[in-house]
Amino acid sequence: MTERGGQEQLEAQLGQWRQYVLRRRELQPSDADELEDHLRGSVDELVTAGLSPDEAFLVAVKRMGSLDDISREFAREHSERLWKQLVLTGDPGSTVAGARSRRDLWAMLGCAAGAAASVKVPALFGLSFDDDGSFYARNLTLFALPWLAAFLAWRRKARPAVIAILAALFALGAVAANAYSLADDSQSVVVTSIHLPIALWLLVGLAYVADDWRSSRRRMDFIRFTCEWFIYFVLMALGGGVLAAFLFNTFQAIGIVPEEFISHWLLPCGAAAAAVVAGWLVEAKQSVVENIAPVLTRLFTPLFTAALLAFLVAVVWTSHGIDVEREALILFDLLLVVVLGLLLYSLSARDPLAPPGPFDKLQLALVVSALAIDVLVLLEITGRITDDYGSTPNRAAALGENVILLVNLAWSAWLLLTFIRRRVPFAALERWQTGYLPVYAAWAWIVVLVFPPLFSYA
Amino acid sequence: MKVAKDLVAASATPMVLGILTEGESYGYAILRRINELSGGELSWTEGLLYPLLHRLERLGHVESSWQSVTGERKRKYYRITDLGRAELAEQRRQWDTVVGALKEIWHDRAPLTVDPLGGLG
Repeated sequence: MTERGGQEQLEAQLGQWRQYVLRRRELQPSDADELEDHLRGSVDELVTAGLSPDEAFLVAVKRMGSLDDISREFAREHSERLWKQLVLTGDPGSTVAGARSRRDLWAMLGCAAGAAASVKVPALFGLSFDDDGSFYARNLTLFALPWLAAFLAWRRKARPAVIAILAALFALGAVAANAYSLADDSQSVVVTSIHLPIALWLLVGLAYVADDWRSSRRRMDFIRFTCEWFIYFVLMALGGGVLAAFLFNTFQAIGIVPEEFISHWLLPCGAAAAAVVAGWLVEAKQSVVENIAPVLTRLFTPLFTAALLAFLVAVVWTSHGIDVEREALILFDLLLVVVLGLLLYSLSARDPLAPPGPFDKLQLALVVSALAIDVLVLLEITGRITDDYGSTPNRAAALGENVILLVNLAWSAWLLLTFIRRRVPFAALERWQTGYLPVYAAWAWIVVLVFPPLFSYA
Repeated sequence: MKVAKDLVAASATPMVLGILTEGESYGYAILRRINELSGGELSWTEGLLYPLLHRLERLGHVESSWQSVTGERKRKYYRITDLGRAELAEQRRQWDTVVGALKEIWHDRAPLTVDPLGGLG
């Protein structure tokens, strides 16, 4: 081996070693620099002593001791680092990764500020919260989600075509929410207010998987993102509530009532900005919540299964069909959505390679009981549609949702069963759920765009 | 003979601060110096040295700066501060007490072949 070749190989090995060091969260780029300098010093000395660069590298790495030990010691001295990946002020010595996260931070701040500002834009045109509540109800997600999608698309370096599609669809959403002349108390307003967020959220998903929207794994990542985003959002909402309460009471104590500020500025702008911040948090700090997801599903899957089974037993026991008010029917739909969410959440948190276990059986029980309830609800809705009032936007939307959920739950149950009997791999279940996402999107868009004219703006 | 881990840990701070009073230095050279001073008997690991340097920096006993050496390589140099000198003086008083007491006890024993505290006098 020529000396030059040996030197090049040494550089390659040092580069690899550095990558390996940087994968450890306890060690920062500046530490890697310092340790690399140490390693080089050691190598130089060994080369001077007569070893080839190759041998010198091996001996020097061996002498350095295991990286586990070094990382542990670093972690002991810098215990804050494990929490400090969210550094808001960049480390002056940091390199590419640090610059990247700082750019992310600025992009996020820009998008969050944009979201907060867009909440107040309609007010410039005389549309205040008090005057036009239904306008805000319909448009709520249109203020925040485009900014979240913009942030994600920016992070993914989405292609211009994807960005154009996103922009067009968000514009379409805005048209659907505002172009139809709907009475404030019409059912269509309610139906739109429920479905537009779903349609827009799946657009956020499109921004999320911008780099590879065909990949089932990427869509699963989006489901995971959704769950974690939700948790962060709820946490921020709780914090915001505490902040609002303190503001209100402390200012009231000195004779200023900040009600106007809190309800017209802090809460709406804060909520819109929080939607973006939550997305950034998930992107920047994935691993923390990843540990919560399995715990939450393990906790709530048994509880929900027990609740659904108890309800089914009660239905059979009292031989009482579901005969309730409209609001209660929506409640059942929500329940099914929660079950589906729980299912998706636990699928996304599950190790795809793990063999079927007792928890998968529990999940099957949950899905089957949800399926039974879905059938009961469907019977009730079809019964209503054939009554005097016929089909209303509300009933038609509910019917569609139940059919979509029925198909999903039925096939999920079947796949879970075959998975538990080890006939299909877990990936089949994953593919089914991720492949089903466009169905929700299509339905939500149909409801938002087609329903109002279809039901003559009822 | 290897010096016990606890003793290495306890003597690490005065050792590093002592070496830095000789002039600013960097990790690898400090390790070499310790090796040299102890005749190879003190086995320090990188996992001991670098976190210790970072702790001393956090406590204000040393300062660090990145300097370019021989054109290409950047290296992190450490320098003792006044606070570090005061700390060293304090630790030295304590070590003198301990060493003095031990010498009283051991005055009739054969002297050590290597005096690990030679650098401190």
